[in-house]
Parts: sequence; C-alpha cells; structure tokens
Amino acid sequence: MKLSGWGRYNPQDCRVTRPRDEDTLRARVAEGGLIARGNGRSYGDSAMSGSNTVDMRGFDRMLSFDAEAGQLVAESGVMLDDIITTFLPRGWFPWVTPGTRYVTLGGMIAADVHGKNHHLHGSFGAFVDWIDLMGPDGQVRRCGPLDNSDLFAATLGGMGLTGVILRASFRLRRVETGFIRQETVPTANLTETLAAFEAHQSATYSVAWIDCLASGDSLGRSLITLGEHASVGDLPRRNRTAPFAPPARKKRIIPLDAPGFALNRHTVQAFNHLYYKRGAAKSGHSVTGWDEYFYPLDSILAWNRMYGRRGFVQYQTVLPLATAAAGLRELLETISASGLASFLAVLKRLGPQGRGMMSFPMEGHTLALDFPASRATFALLRRLDAITLAHGGRYYLAKDARLTADTLRQSDPRADRFHQLRSAEGLTRRFASLQSERLYL
Amino acid sequence: MTRPAVLILGARSDIGLAVARRFAAEGHPIILAARDSASLADAKADLVLRHSVAVTLAEFDVLDTASHAAFLDGLGPLPAVAVSAIGLMGDQTASEHGAASAALVIRSNFEGPAAILGEIANRMEVRGNGTIVGISSVAGDRGRATNYIYGSAKAGFTAWLSGLRNRLAKKGVHVVTVLPGFVDTKMTAGMDLPAKLTAQPGEVAEAIHRAVTRKRNVIYVKPVWQLVMAIIRNIPEPVFKRLKL
Ligand SMILES: Cc1cc2nc3c(=O)[nH]c(=O)nc-3n(C[C@H](O)[C@H](O)[C@H](O)COP(=O)(O)OP(=O)(O)OC[C@H]3O[C@@H](n4cnc5c(N)ncnc54)[C@H](O)[C@@H]3O)c2cc1C
Ligand SMILES: NC(=O)c1ccc[n+]([C@@H]2O[C@H](COP(=O)([O-])OP(=O)(O)OC[C@H]3O[C@@H](n4cnc5c(N)ncnc54)[C@H](OP(=O)(O)O)[C@@H]3O)[C@@H](O)[C@H]2O)c1
Repeated sequence: MKLSGWGRYNPQDCRVTRPRDEDTLRARVAEGGLIARGNGRSYGDSAMSGSNTVDMRGFDRMLSFDAEAGQLVAESGVMLDDIITTFLPRGWFPWVTPGTRYVTLGGMIAADVHGKNHHLHGSFGAFVDWIDLMGPDGQVRRCGPLDNSDLFAATLGGMGLTGVILRASFRLRRVETGFIRQETVPTANLTETLAAFEAHQSATYSVAWIDCLASGDSLGRSLITLGEHASVGDLPRRNRTAPFAPPARKKRIIPLDAPGFALNRHTVQAFNHLYYKRGAAKSGHSVTGWDEYFYPLDSILAWNRMYGRRGFVQYQTVLPLATAAAGLRELLETISASGLASFLAVLKRLGPQGRGMMSFPMEGHTLALDFPASRATFALLRRLDAITLAHGGRYYLAKDARLTADTLRQSDPRADRFHQLRSAEGLTRRFASLQSERLYL
Repeated sequence: MTRPAVLILGARSDIGLAVARRFAAEGHPIILAARDSASLADAKADLVLRHSVAVTLAEFDVLDTASHAAFLDGLGPLPAVAVSAIGLMGDQTASEHGAASAALVIRSNFEGPAAILGEIANRMEVRGNGTIVGISSVAGDRGRATNYIYGSAKAGFTAWLSGLRNRLAKKGVHVVTVLPGFVDTKMTAGMDLPAKLTAQPGEVAEAIHRAVTRKRNVIYVKPVWQLVMAIIRNIPEPVFKRLKL
C-alpha cells in the first residue's frame, strides 16, 4: 500500500503487516529489511520500509501500574492518548509529551521525544526504566541503564534501527489537575526572545511561537508561552469539583486536500500578524485545559491535509547555545527573504542530550518550521542547511524527509558511530527504513 | 452503580477483545472465555488497568458441547450480555476434499456457537432478560466458490439467530446478528482487503455496543456492505454461477 509520513510528502509503496504476537513478529524479523511503525506521526520516511513495514499498533496492552512509583508497563503500540485518558483521571500525567497525543509508546522511545519541559526534565528516555527489545536473531532482550546499557542507549533516539521495542516500563508524574496555568510573554525581537527563555529557565514548560515572516527590527518576534501544572486552588470555581476534566473540545476534520494555494506567504503573513497582535493583547495569565495546552493541533484531525496533495516537510534543527543567536538570525533572515512562509514556526530552549546515543536534543535552541513540498522549498532548505552546518547545528531525524547522507554526517559525527554499531551488531540487514538507507545509518 | 457482566466467547479473537474493551469502558465486568484462556493474562491486565473493572478468565471450547452447561454453572450469575466471536475460516480446498475439515468448519461456526448460545438463551428466557450477540458473516448471504463451506455454516448460524430472535422476542431476550464484512484481524492477515470495505475491530465493537444498547436486530458494520450484499444476493443464478468472486 502507499505509505507516507505525517508530511504526506513522497508516498511509497510499502508492504505493511500488523502482527499481534511475538512469534509472527519474529518471522517478520527473520525476513530482514524490517522497520517498526507506530502511529506514523514522524514527518518523513523513518517508519517506512518497502518490503517489511511492521505496524506495531496490534501490541497495545497496558500491563501493570505501580501507583507508588508512577511506573507504567505497557506494550509499545499503546497510544499516548490512551495513557492520558486512563491515568489523568487518577492524577498522573506523562513526564514528557510531544506536541501530539496520537503517538505510540514505541515511537516516543525510538525518537526519544522532547517536550516543552526539556530544559528542566530532559527527553522521554530519561523516564524509561527498561525496554524489551526484539533483536536481529528474534530474541527478546531486556535493556536498561544497567543491563544491555549500550543497546538501551542506542535504542533511545535510534529510530527503530536497533530492533523492535515490544514493551517498556516508564514513569508518570503526579498532577493535581488536568489544567495548566499559562502565561504568555510577547517579545519584540530575537534578542528579547532568547533572553526571555533564559529568564524563565525555572518555568516547567516553555515554548515560543515565532513569527518567521517578521523582518528588520521585529525579526524573531515571538509569543512565549510558559506553563505550570495547576493546583485545584488555581482553577475557576466551576472546575474544582472535576479537576481532571477540562471542557471537551470539538473535533474538526480537514476532509479533503486543501488546494495548494490556501497557504501562501500572504495568508500566513495575515495570520501571523493577527495571531501576534491577539496574543500580545491577551498576554498575561490564564488557565487552560491539558489538551488545548499541549495538543493545540490535535483538535483539527488530519490537519496535514492543509498543505494539499504534494504534502509538506518539516525542518527542525537545534543550534548550540553559543551560536544560536547568530545562527537563528541568519536562518530567519534567509526564510523571510525567500518569500516562503512557514505556518507553524516553533522555537524552544533545549537542555543537554540525555542518555540516548542518537537523541536529537542538545543544550541550545531548536527551531521547527513547516513548508509545503516544492522545488522552491527544497532550494531554501539547502540554504538553511548551510547555515545550520556553519553554526554547529544538528537535525531531528523524526522530522526529516530530505537530508542527504553527507549533510547528516557533516552535522552529526554520531551518525558514523551509529552505523558502525549497527554493522557490528548485525543490525543493518535486519532493520532498515527508507530513511536509514537514504542516510546510510 | 454496578453494571451487569458481559461474556465474550472466543475471547482471543481480535473482534472479541475489542468488544470486551468497549463494554469495559462502560464499567461492565467482563468474562473472557476461550481455549487456552491463560494466554489472555495480558489482555485481562489491560482491561483491569484501563477500566478498573473485574475481569475473569474462563476455559472454554465451543466444540466440547457436553461441557457447556457445566461451563455456565461455573461462571456464577448468568451474564447480561453474551457475545460469540467464535469462528473458523478453515481452508476451503481442504474442506472440499476432507469431510473432517469441512465438519470442523461447520461445527466451529454453526453447531458449537448455536449450542452454547442456545443454552444461554434458555437460561435468559427463564430469567426474563438478556442479550445474545452472534457474530456471523456476510459470507452466509450467498455461497461463493472461494469460501462456501465457511459461508454455509455462517448461513446456518444467521438463520439460527433469526429464529432465536423470533422465538424470544416476547420473552425479554434480545438477539443481535452481526454481519461484519471484512475486518482487519488475524483471520484476514495477509489477505489484500480493500480499505474502504474493511473495518477495524474497534469499529465492529462500537457497532455491537450500539446495537446492544439500542436493541438493533441485524447490523452490517460498514453501511456500504448492506448495499454490496443486496447486489450480490440479487444477481440471477445463471449469471452468478459464472462469476469469479
Ligand atoms: C503535530 C506533531 C507534533 C509533534 N511534536 C513533537 C514534539 O514536540 N517533540 C518531539 O520530540 N516530537 C514531536 N513530534 C514527532 C513525533 O513525536 C515523533 O515522530 C514520534 O516518533 C511519532 O511516534 P509514532 O508512534 O507516530 O511513530 P512513527 O512515526 O510511526 O515512527 C517513528 C520512529 O519510531 C520507530 N518506532 C515506532 N514504533 C517502534 C517500536 N515499537 N519499536 C522500534 N521502533 C519503533 C519507527 O521505526 C520510526 O523510526 C510531533 C509530531 C507531530 C505530527
Ligand atoms: N475478520 C473478518 O473479516 C470477519 C468477517 C466476517 C465475520 N467474521 C467473524 O468474526 C468473528 C471473530 O473473528 P476474528 O476476525 O476476530 O478472527 P479470529 O481472531 O480468528 O477469531 C476467531 C476466534 O474463534 C475462536 N475459536 C475457534 N474455534 C474455537 C473453539 N472450538 N472453541 C473456542 N474458540 C474457538 C478462535 O480461538 P483461538 O484463538 O483459540 O484459535 C479465535 O479466537 C468470527 O465469528 C468470524 O467468523 C470475521
């Protein structure tokens, strides 16, 4: 069947199977060329193999929960959404969540996802106690910080290339309510934006929506949203009796591919202008439901169709602290001058890399941008690549659909080490994705 | 408020497990009955964790009809809803050439489920309430060369459910016939099913839950199947016999 990542760019014919037990999965591993697929929320071809894509959503059981430690053991195909709807009413929330709740546990571990609290708490892998990994020989090994620790480290952020994660034990955190105390801080330019991140290092959650079309004196102007888990006392009176139940939001769906011209420089510019003005006017404190705070896009199902038939690509890099200010300025100037517009543009302060060998984060700033797939976009991205490389930045594989093996290696010396490890462990023939072949991982 | 129990027969089936989840989400205690029921320990843990309901595992072989009464006695109070997800596709060619293969398919899809659901229905009739759900198949709507042993057993089961419904209509016992069309389960793994005609187990479960609460009689899960089968049933036999379906 035709398969693509969330960006819907460059669909490929892939054989997809959905085993439901270990024996069937083992037989798939023996065929070679296998890549595990979670819920397909990575943007590119990380979870695609022409001959052997294995949909892991058949493994979707929650197995045990230790309410002392907040430790959940679950199969890798369990959806984050299910974890939240099951455990939030009991006062638990994931320590780390990406910007969509429609991802699987396996996908979160394999990409070692980060959330808005990365600067304080690190990535998802920091809260994983162990994983059960099916290796190239079909054997299942328990891997953790103590046992099989190299394999464990290589699997966090390893994009499914070290084996198939069957189940994992990871921790949830206590929360008093399902609400977030939010503060919006408007900033007028890049210098202010970066300074605001530093000034708010102690905020649990922080992220900036950045107006990537602003230029000149306003280059880098942003709305920074900070968040803290609200206590019952923070809630409006009417919500205090049901502190875990934020008002349900209507689900909207984008049923058809939007015509390609719906998102262009002018519509995005108009949107950005209004959004910034509204945000700046409303800046200050508010209390928001968890789903609206963490997953604003999830209320629009299939929003990825907004970019039309050819799909879109996301460009996400992280620049080290020392060069971030200069690098971001150059990136933003180049984008602004290109006439191309990114509807989604997010800036975030990251903390240091955790225990994942290939994990994306490093101490610095990460910028994520969406562009419709087009020749002009790819030309722009090559220019952005040069800037990223010049400033010592690196790429998030979960978002990538178009890097070359060369660019990756110039940005990330870990790629070769990862490939060597894969070769030495006999992993390259058994586990491969279109991405790993493109990037020679 | 304690909710009445729901019994799933053939609980290792993907559809059966999805039905269990759907009812557990409403707070119903669940009884999972299957061969090798110990293998359902993870499924049980999942239901308990997600929905905080009581879940019982019970060993059950639908072909062992002599054991059915004792099986039901062993469950304690008669459940409010009994769902049979038992089925066996078998190998059509083997069934054409071996009476034993054919008998196994016929017994697993018709004789066995009819026996256990019949016993449950009788007990529900005495009690004066209950719901029986039989998962049959559109394959029973018309015999086709590729799977008519399975199809004819399902046809028998469908007719049986219809008769049972008729018999118990005034006795407070409701009977739901489910004709799921294609479903993405281990029964159909490896088949190349058309996406638009194929339901996920969760969709079947949702439709069954709705049919039970609204007392629907016969349901096709994806509405398009009603149309597809109306056409297939109405093709004249002289034409039909020449088709490759
Ligand atoms: C709207 C949106 C917002 C996002 N926000 C963030 C964010 O804030 N932070 C962030 O870090 N990411 C973010 N992402 C990216 C997303 O979290 C990751 O791509 C995640 O990996 C997707 O999980 P999935 O289950 O859909 O996995 P897939 O996309 O199906 O697979 C992703 C990778 O995981 C591997 N994998 C999946 N399951 C297994 C398994 N069982 N065993 C081994 N390998 C496996 C695959 O091989 C593949 O390499 C966002 C994505 C979207 C669409
Ligand atoms: N999938 C479809 O496209 C489709 C379409 C129409 C109708 N259906 C029907 O839907 C129902 C559920 O099927 P499914 O798709 O979920 O497939 P499935 O996973 O193969 O389920 C069938 C179940 O029946 C059980 N079973 C067979 N013989 C049994 C016996 N003697 N005693 C106890 N249990 C027995 C099997 O148990 P074991 O696990 O122990 O073998 C299996 O769990 C079946 O009635 C099937 O005919 C399916």
